[in-house]
Amino acid sequence: MTTFDLTGATRRELNQALHDASGGESFEVVNPRGAHAVACGIRADIDVVVRGSVGYYCAGMHQHGRVLVEGNASTGLAENIMSGLVRITGNATMSAGATGCGGLVVVGGNAGARCGISMKGVDIVVGGNVGHMSAFMAQAGNLVVCGDAAADLGDSIYEAQIFVRGDVESLGADCVEKEMRPEHVETLRGLLAAAAPATEGAEVSQFRRYGSARRLYNFTIDDVDALEAEREGAIP
Amino acid sequence: MTTPLPDGVDPADASDPDFWHLRESYTFDRNVIAEIRRAANTGIYRIRGWGAKRRLPTLDDLVFLGASMSRYPLEGYREACGTDIVIGEDRAERPVHLKIPVTIAGMSFGSLSAQAKEALGRGASAAGTSTTTGDGGMTDEERQHSTTLVYQYLPSRYGMNPDHLRVADAIEVVVGQGAKPGGGGMLLGQKITERVAEMRTLPEGIDQRSACRHPDWTGPDDLEIKIGELREITDWQVPIYVKVGAARPYYDTALAVKAGADAVVVDGMQGGTAATQDVFIEHVGIPTLAAIGESVRALRELGVHRREVKLIVAGGIRSGADVAKALALGADAASIGTAALIAIGDNDPAYESEYRALGASAGFWEDFQAGNDPAGITTQDPDLSARLDPVLAGRRLANYLQVLTIETQILARANGKSHVLNLEPEDLAALTVEAAAMAKVPLAGTNWVPGTD
Repeated sequence: MTTFDLTGATRRELNQALHDASGGESFEVVNPRGAHAVACGIRADIDVVVRGSVGYYCAGMHQHGRVLVEGNASTGLAENIMSGLVRITGNATMSAGATGCGGLVVVGGNAGARCGISMKGVDIVVGGNVGHMSAFMAQAGNLVVCGDAAADLGDSIYEAQIFVRGDVESLGADCVEKEMRPEHVETLRGLLAAAAPATEGAEVSQFRRYGSARRLYNFTIDDVDALEAEREGAIP
Repeated sequence: MTTPLPDGVDPADASDPDFWHLRESYTFDRNVIAEIRRAANTGIYRIRGWGAKRRLPTLDDLVFLGASMSRYPLEGYREACGTDIVIGEDRAERPVHLKIPVTIAGMSFGSLSAQAKEALGRGASAAGTSTTTGDGGMTDEERQHSTTLVYQYLPSRYGMNPDHLRVADAIEVVVGQGAKPGGGGMLLGQKITERVAEMRTLPEGIDQRSACRHPDWTGPDDLEIKIGELREITDWQVPIYVKVGAARPYYDTALAVKAGADAVVVDGMQGGTAATQDVFIEHVGIPTLAAIGESVRALRELGVHRREVKLIVAGGIRSGADVAKALALGADAASIGTAALIAIGDNDPAYESEYRALGASAGFWEDFQAGNDPAGITTQDPDLSARLDPVLAGRRLANYLQVLTIETQILARANGKSHVLNLEPEDLAALTVEAAAMAKVPLAGTNWVPGTD
C-alpha cells in the first residue's frame, strides 16, 4: 500500500503514480481536501482508497481498477468511466457518471442533478435520491435509484434503462414507465447485489422501470403535395 | 394588352421591353418563395450542410498595401519566408509543430466517409499540418493516416475514449462552431449506419441530434477544472485548444485563456457543417472578418498574444490571401473545412448529371445530411464512398495546402516579411466602411478607422 498525503504530495505526483502502475498495486490517498481530478485516468487493475471528500471529476475516464471514496464527491464523479468500479460512501453533486461507457458507479448517499447524463453503457446505482434531469439523453446502460427521482427523469432518453424504487416527481420528454420483464428483474437483482451495502433494504419488487417511448428518434415530416396528388388520382 | 411570356425565358433576364413590368420582389424572391412552399408542404425546418451562403463582409474587403518607398519587399523564391508555427510549448511536454499556418478543421467520421477522412489525413500529413476528428470519435484509419491529429472533446462525447485521448497530438474542447454557435451536431438516419451507430452508442437509423452543452461543466470556471482534468489524464503531454463559434469573441477568447487553453480556435459564421438548421447557419454568429480583431484584442490585453496562447481562425478561408489577411490581423494560423472538402472533390463538376438527378448542380450541392453525395465524401454509402480514392484526393489536398502556403508567402514577402507571422494590421487597408470598422484597419486612402477616436 502506497500512501499519498495531499497536504504535501501534489495531485500530479499522485495521478502520475496511478498512471505508471502496472496492476495489482494498492494506493491510499489521505487529506484530499476537495481536490479536483483525483485518481482520474486510471487504466490498470489497481485499488485506490480516498479517505475524505473530493472535488470535480474524481476517477474521471476510469478504466479497469477500483476507486473507493470515503466521503462526498463534487461534479462529474467517474465521468466517461469505461470499465472497473468507482464507489463513494457519501453524496455526489451534479453529473455523476456522465457519459460513462462501461463499469459500475455506486453512490452511497444522494446524487444531484443530471446523474447519468448521456450515459453510454455504464451502470450507476444510487443508494438515495437523484436530482432533476437525471439520465438526460441517456443512450445505454442502467441507472438504479433506491430513493426518489426529481423532475424530468430520463428526458430525451435513448436505450438506457432506469429503475426507481421511490417516487418520480415527473418524467421528461419521451420517457415512459415500462413493464418489468424477467430479464429486467435479473439485471436489477445483479446490480443491487453488486452495489451492496449501498442498496441495503432494497428489494427488486419495489422498483419500477422507465425507458424511451422512442417517439423522438426520427423527425416527423409531412408531405401535403403527395396527399394532394393522391386525392387527384395521380397516385393510385 | 398582355404578351405571353415564352417558355424558358427568365423574366429577370428578358430583353423584350414587353416584360419590363415584371418585377421580382427583393423581400420575397424566388428562393424565399421556394422555402415557404417547402415549409408548408413538410412542416419541418430546412436542414442542410455547408456554411452561411448569403453575402457577408469578408476578408476580400481588405487589401495589402505592399512595399513602397518606406518598406522594402523580399525576393520571391530567394529570400526565406518562414511558415512554421508551434502550439503549446509553454505547458505541453509535446507541443504541436506545424510546417504551415493552415490546419484542417474538425469533421467527423459519420458525417464524412472513411475514405474522405483518410484523404484529409493524407493531405494534411503530406503538407506538414494537422487534421482534426469530429463529433463521432476517432477511427483507427484517421489516426494511422494523420501525422498530427487533434482529438475533439465535444458535448455529445460520442465515441469519447481515454485510450484515444492518450494517442492524440492535441485536444480541442469544442464549445461551439461557427455554423451554429449554441447548437449541437446533427446526423440524420440515412448516415447512422451500423459502424457509425456503434461508435456513437446509438440505435441505427435514428435522426441524431447531439447535445449542445457539455454534460459535466458549465461556464469558464468549470472549464478551467475540466482542462486540468484533461491535462492530468494525458500527463500534461499535449496542448489543449478551446474552439468557439464567433459570437462574443473578445470575452470568449479572454475566458478561454483564463480557463487555461494553449490555443483558441475562433470559427466565423461562414464555417461549414455537415447538417444544421438553415436558420441557425444564416442567422447566428458573426462573420470571420469581424471576429479576428476582437480575439486578438483579448489576447493582447492579457499579454499572451503570439506567446503562450495561439489563435486559430476558421470560417470561409479559401485562399492564401485569406490566410495572409487573418495572420496580419493577428491570427497564428487559419483552419479550413469546406475548402478542404472542395479540394478533395466536393461539388466536382464531373458528377454534374448526378447532382442534377438529385435536384442540384455542381457548385450548389449542400445536402450533406442526405447521405447520397455523388462525390463519395459526405456519405456512408459503401458504393458512393468507394468513388473517392483517398490517395489521389489526399494528393489534391496537399497540393491545395501548398498553394495556400505559397500564396501566403507571396503576400508576406511583398510586405517585406521574413516570416508569415510578421504580417501586421499596418500592412492592410479596408475597401468598405464596414470592413474598416470590423477589422479595425483604416479605410483605404484615409487614416479613418470607424469606431475609434
